[in-house]
Amino acid sequence: MSVKPNVLILRAPGTNCDHETAFAFERAGGAPQSVHINQLLESPDLVREFQILCIPGGFSYGDDIAAGRILASQLKGDLASVIGEFHGQEKLILGICNGFQVLIKSGFLLPPDEEGLPATLSWNDSGRFVDRWVHLKTDSKKCYFLDGAENLYLPIAHAEGKFVARHETVLDALQDGQQLALKYCNPDGQNGHVAYPHNPNGSQRHVAGVCDVSGRILGLMPHPERHIESTHHPQWTRRETGGQADGLIIFENAIRFFN
Amino acid sequence: MADAEKTQPAGDPQERESILWQIEISPDAGQPDRLARNILADARDLGLPEQLQLVACRGFLIQGGLDRDQAVEIAEMLLVEPVVEKYTIGRCGDSHFGEVSKELPGLFYVLPLAGVTDPEAESALEAIRQLGFPVEAVRTFCKYSASGLEPEQQDILCNKLLANDSIEQVVSGPLQLTEIQLGQPYQFALLEVELIDQDDSQLMQVSRDWQLSLTLVEMQTIQKYFADLGRNPTDAELETLAQTWSEHCSHKTLAGRISYTDEQGTRQFENMLKETIFAATVEIRQALGDRDWCVSVFEDNAGIVKFDDEFNVAFKVETHNRPSALEPYGGANTGIGGVIRDTLGTGLGAKPVCSTDVFCFAPPDTKLEDLPPGVMHPRRIMKGVVEGVRDYGNRMGIPTVNGAVYFDARYVGNPLVFCGNIGLLPDDKSFKKPLANDLIVSIGGRTGRDGIHGATFSSAELTDASDITSGGAVQIGNAITEKMLMDVLLQARDRNLYNAVTDCGAGGFSSAVGEMGEKIGAEVWLDKAPLKYEGLSYTEIWISEAQERMVFSVSEENWEAFRELCESESVEATVIGQFKPTGQLTLKYNELVVADLAMEFMHDGRPPVVRQAVYQASPASAIPAMSRTAEQNREDVLAILGSWNVASKHWVIRQYDHEVQGGSVIKPLVGVQNDGPGDAAVVRPVLKSQRGLAVSCGMNPYYGDHDPYHMAASAIDEAIRNCVAVGADPAQIAILDNFCWGYTDRPETLGTLVRAALACYDMSIAYQAPFISGKDSLNNEFSYTDPQSGERHTISIPSTLLISAMGQVPDVGRCVTMDLKKAGNGLYLVGTTGNHLGGSHWSLLHRIEGGQVPTVEPQGARELYNLLHESMNGSLVRSCHDLSEGGLAVALAEMAFAGHLGVEVDLQDELEATGLSVTEYLFSESNSRFLVEVEPAQEAAFQALLGEHARRLGGVVALDEVTVSCGNETVLQSKLSDLKQAWQSPLDWE
Repeated sequence: MSVKPNVLILRAPGTNCDHETAFAFERAGGAPQSVHINQLLESPDLVREFQILCIPGGFSYGDDIAAGRILASQLKGDLASVIGEFHGQEKLILGICNGFQVLIKSGFLLPPDEEGLPATLSWNDSGRFVDRWVHLKTDSKKCYFLDGAENLYLPIAHAEGKFVARHETVLDALQDGQQLALKYCNPDGQNGHVAYPHNPNGSQRHVAGVCDVSGRILGLMPHPERHIESTHHPQWTRRETGGQADGLIIFENAIRFFN
Repeated sequence: MADAEKTQPAGDPQERESILWQIEISPDAGQPDRLARNILADARDLGLPEQLQLVACRGFLIQGGLDRDQAVEIAEMLLVEPVVEKYTIGRCGDSHFGEVSKELPGLFYVLPLAGVTDPEAESALEAIRQLGFPVEAVRTFCKYSASGLEPEQQDILCNKLLANDSIEQVVSGPLQLTEIQLGQPYQFALLEVELIDQDDSQLMQVSRDWQLSLTLVEMQTIQKYFADLGRNPTDAELETLAQTWSEHCSHKTLAGRISYTDEQGTRQFENMLKETIFAATVEIRQALGDRDWCVSVFEDNAGIVKFDDEFNVAFKVETHNRPSALEPYGGANTGIGGVIRDTLGTGLGAKPVCSTDVFCFAPPDTKLEDLPPGVMHPRRIMKGVVEGVRDYGNRMGIPTVNGAVYFDARYVGNPLVFCGNIGLLPDDKSFKKPLANDLIVSIGGRTGRDGIHGATFSSAELTDASDITSGGAVQIGNAITEKMLMDVLLQARDRNLYNAVTDCGAGGFSSAVGEMGEKIGAEVWLDKAPLKYEGLSYTEIWISEAQERMVFSVSEENWEAFRELCESESVEATVIGQFKPTGQLTLKYNELVVADLAMEFMHDGRPPVVRQAVYQASPASAIPAMSRTAEQNREDVLAILGSWNVASKHWVIRQYDHEVQGGSVIKPLVGVQNDGPGDAAVVRPVLKSQRGLAVSCGMNPYYGDHDPYHMAASAIDEAIRNCVAVGADPAQIAILDNFCWGYTDRPETLGTLVRAALACYDMSIAYQAPFISGKDSLNNEFSYTDPQSGERHTISIPSTLLISAMGQVPDVGRCVTMDLKKAGNGLYLVGTTGNHLGGSHWSLLHRIEGGQVPTVEPQGARELYNLLHESMNGSLVRSCHDLSEGGLAVALAEMAFAGHLGVEVDLQDELEATGLSVTEYLFSESNSRFLVEVEPAQEAAFQALLGEHARRLGGVVALDEVTVSCGNETVLQSKLSDLKQAWQSPLDWE
C-alpha cells in the first residue's frame, strides 16, 4: 500500500471552501491538513512536509481591492522562494476559484514578463456573482490534474472569473503550449461558439482553467469539490441509477501522481 | 516581484511628512465600466433622462509618510489590475483630478462618512502595512463624471443613486482634503440625567430627547428605582434600561398581558406567547417523552433540536426591517451577519451550515410619482437587499439555500427582511454557563458609533423624517471580520476554552453582558474596549451596535490559550471586564463608576405591558360563479405565473452561493435545465453522512386580509408540506415564527396577531411540529405628510407571518424534486380540493375581494403527509410538487416546464365528485395538496398506499404542452415555452 500524499490546504481570512476541499482530497486518498497563512508566514519551511499545495475557494481578505489580490501579494512576498522550491521538486499545486485568482495574480501560474503579468481574472461580464453549473471540456495533454478527463460538469460560483490576457499573442502562446487546459463548452460537449450562459463570465477563448508550463500547477474557476457525490449533480433525481461525480477525478489524479 | 529594496521604509516614518495620496483607477480602453453601468441601470427608475452619460472610477486615499515612488509602488503592487485597468496618482487636491470634459461637466466624489465601516479600506491598510510601508489611514472613494443635468436631476443623481446619505457623502467637484479624519480625543465627563424630581410630561420629554422609546409607566418605574437610591441615573444607566426593556430585546407586547376578545368571548393572557406558541412546544415535548427531539427551545439565541447521535442543529430567523428601509445594502448585510452570530452564539457555538432569506417589498414597477416622500424606490431597495445578503453570505461561506420574495404595495415604507441561519453543533456543546469570576472577553470587530439606538429605533414607527434622524442606526458589515471570528470561535469551542458565548446584537455590549451576567453580576471596564477611532463616550461604547463582535465568558486559566488562538489568526481579543458575583451591573471608565444597576431590576423590573386585543371577523362574501373559456384560463395561468410573487426568482437565487460547504442535495432551482422552482432545499451538514436537512418556508399575507387564523394555519401547512414534498420525515419537522405586524397598541391590530398565534398553537399541536424559536417585529407602519394636500397618511404593512420549517431526511438518496421525469408516468393529485379562491392569486388577478380563504384540516393532512412520506421511502414517487399560489394550474405548469415534458389531465370525474367549476378546481388554493408523478409499474402500489387521498388526473406526455380537459372539452392548453417565459421574464433582470 502506498503512503498517502500530504496535502496542504492553505487557509487565509475569508477562505471558505477549505473544509470540503480537504474532504475531497481525503476521499481521493490523500492526507489533507489545513494550514493558516499566518502559520505558514511564520514558518515557511512547513511547506516541505507536503506533496500537494491547494489554495481553495473563498474570499481571501474579502476579495477587497480585487479577488485574491492580497493573498497573492503575501505569497509572492515572503513565501516566493519556498513555493518556487516546492514546485521545482516535482510537486503539485492546485488553485480552485479564489485559489486560481491567487495563483494567477501572484505570477506562479503564468510568470510575468517585462510587461508584467500576461493575464488575469477580471469581473464577470454580468458584473455580478453567479452560481450555476457549467459544461467543460479539457484541452491539454500536459496537465496532470486533468489526465483522462474529457468533459466535466461542475458548478461555478464567482464574481471575478473572466479570463483576460494582455494580448491575443499571449492567448495563442498559451494555447500552443496546451496551457488553456479547461474550457467552458456547450451542453453537447463541443466548443465552437460558446455563448452566455454556457460561457458564464465572458472569458476569452472560453477559458475556465489554466495550467503552468510544467502541467503541475492548475488553476480553475469551477469547483470540483462540489461534485464528488452523485447527489451533488443538480439533476441527480432525474437519473434512474446513481451517476458519476465528475469533480473527483481531479483529486484522484493529484493523488495518483505520487503513487 | 518588484525590487525589494524599495519596499523598505527609508528611515523613521515619523521624520517624513505625512502626505495624502490620491489614486484613481479606471477600466482600460475596451473594458466595461461596471460601476457606471450598474448606476445607469437604476437611473431610469428615478426618472433621469435616457441619454444620461456616466463614467466612473474607483479610488483610494492613502495617508502616510510616503514619497511618490512609494505611492506608485503601492498602486502597482496592490491596487491596480494592469491587464484591465489604468490609474492616475497625485496628491489629494492636485489640479488634474478636477479636470472635466465638455460632454461630462459634472464631477462627483462619493466617500463613506467618517466612522462608517469601509471594509476595503481596512483590508488595503493592513495589506499596505504588511508590505512594509508607513501608512496611517486609507479611505476608498468612487468618482463619477456625468453629462449635464438640471439641478433637480443632479440632486436625484447624487442623493438617490450615487450615494446614500445615511452612510456616504457626495463631494461636488474635486476633493480638497488634507488628511483623513480619524476622530477627536474623548474628554471624559460623567453625565447625569435629571429624573427623580420630574413630572410626567418631563419624564416623557426625557424619553424622547434621549430616543429611549420608553413609555410613561416605564419611565415612572425607573424614576422610582432611582428615587429609592436617592440619586439621578447616569446616561449609561438610562440607556441600558432602554435597551434591555426595548420591544426589540424583550418582546414586551407579545410576552405581556393581553385581554383578547373575539367571537368566542374574552380570554386573558398573562403571557400571550407563553400560552400559545411556547405552550404547544411544551405539550409536544411532554407527549413525546423519551422520544423528545427538542434540545433547547426559546431559551438561547436559536432553537436547538437533535440531528443525529453526534450532532444537534440550531435554527434562528431574524427580522432586520428598519435599517433595510434606510440603507438596504447595509441593512441586509448586518441582518444576515447578525443572524449568523445568533447561531454562532447558541449553546457553546454552532457552525453555520446554511441560510434562508425572505423579503417583502412593494412591487418593482411602482411608479415614481406613487411613492410617498422619504422612501426609496422598491426596485432599488430590492437590489440593495439582495446585494447585501449576497455579499455577506457568500463571503462567510454559508450557502443561502432557501427563500422567498413577496410583493405588496403596503410594504412601500416598511420593506421586510427576514434572515435565517441553521448551525450544527456537537451534542455536548449545546448549553452554556458563564461562571462567577470568568473574564468578559470581546472578540472580533472594534467598537465605533455604528448603530447607536438600533434597538430602540427598531421598536419605533418609521416616518418620512426617519432617513434624516436615524442615520446613526445604520451599520455596514464586514463579513471577513465575522468569518475570522467564526474560525477561531469553532476552534476555541472544540478546545473547551470558554464557558459561555453570546453575540453583540441590538444593544451591543449592554445586551450581551447584561444577558450573560444576569444571574451573576458583571463589572465592565469600558475604557478597555478597542475602538475604531477616538472620541466615543463611555455610553456610546456600551450601547454601540458595531458589527462582528461577540462576548465570551473565559476562565482566568484559559485566557492565555484563548488569546493566543485569536492572535494566531489575527483576531483581536480583549478582556473588558469580569463576571463578579455581586448581582450588580457595574460599568467603569478609567476606574470611575459610570453605572451601577441591580441585574434584577434590569431584567425583572420592567412593568408588565397590558394591552387590549379585539378581533372581529369580517363576513365572507361568496365569489359569484363565473364561466371562463379555455383561452381565459390560459391567460389567467400565464398572468399568475408572471405575477411578481409567483414569477421565477432566479435573478436573486443565482447571486447567492447555494453550494459552498459541499453539502448541497436539492438546490433551489431544479429540473432538466436547473431552472424550475424547488419546494425546499436539502443539505447534508455532515459530509460523511447521508442524513440531510430540508429547509422551507410558508407565508401568505393576502390570506391575512381575510382571516389571520387561516393565514397562520396556511403558512404552517405550506412550510411543512414543502418540506414533506422533498422527502423530509413529517414526524420531525421543527418550525419557527416571525411576526411582522402593524401598530399593536391598536386593539384591532393586536387582535389579528393574537388570532394568528392561536392558529399557531392549534397547528403546532395537530402536526406535532414544535416551534423552537421565533421573533417579532411590531409597529411596522410608515407615516408621511402628503406634499400636495398636506394631509397625514399612515401605511401599515399587511399582517405578515413567516413560518420557517426545518425537516430531517434520514437518507438523502430518497429525496424527490418537482420536475416531471418521464413520459408515460401517471400524475396524481394528492389531497382535497375545495372552493378556496379567497385571497388566491386568481382573485388578486381579477381584483375579487370575497370568497373563502384556504383553511387547514390538520388531522387528514397529517395522515396524508405520513403516507406520502412512506411512498417516497418506498421509491414510489418520481416527482412531487406542492400546490400553493395559483393552485393546480400553476403547479402543473411548473412541473411540466421544469421537466420539459408535457401533461395531459382530465378533470371531469373530479369536478363531478367535488361539484367545483373548472376555474375553481384549477385555481383554488386549498392547502395540504401535492401533484405526484408515479411510474406505471408503481401506480398500483402508490394507489393502494395513498387510498382516498390520491386521485389520478392523467399523465406525463412527450409533448411540449400542458393540456387540461374535461371530458371532450379542452379547458386549458398552453405551450411549455409560453408558460416558462411568462414565469421567467418579470424578474429576468440584467
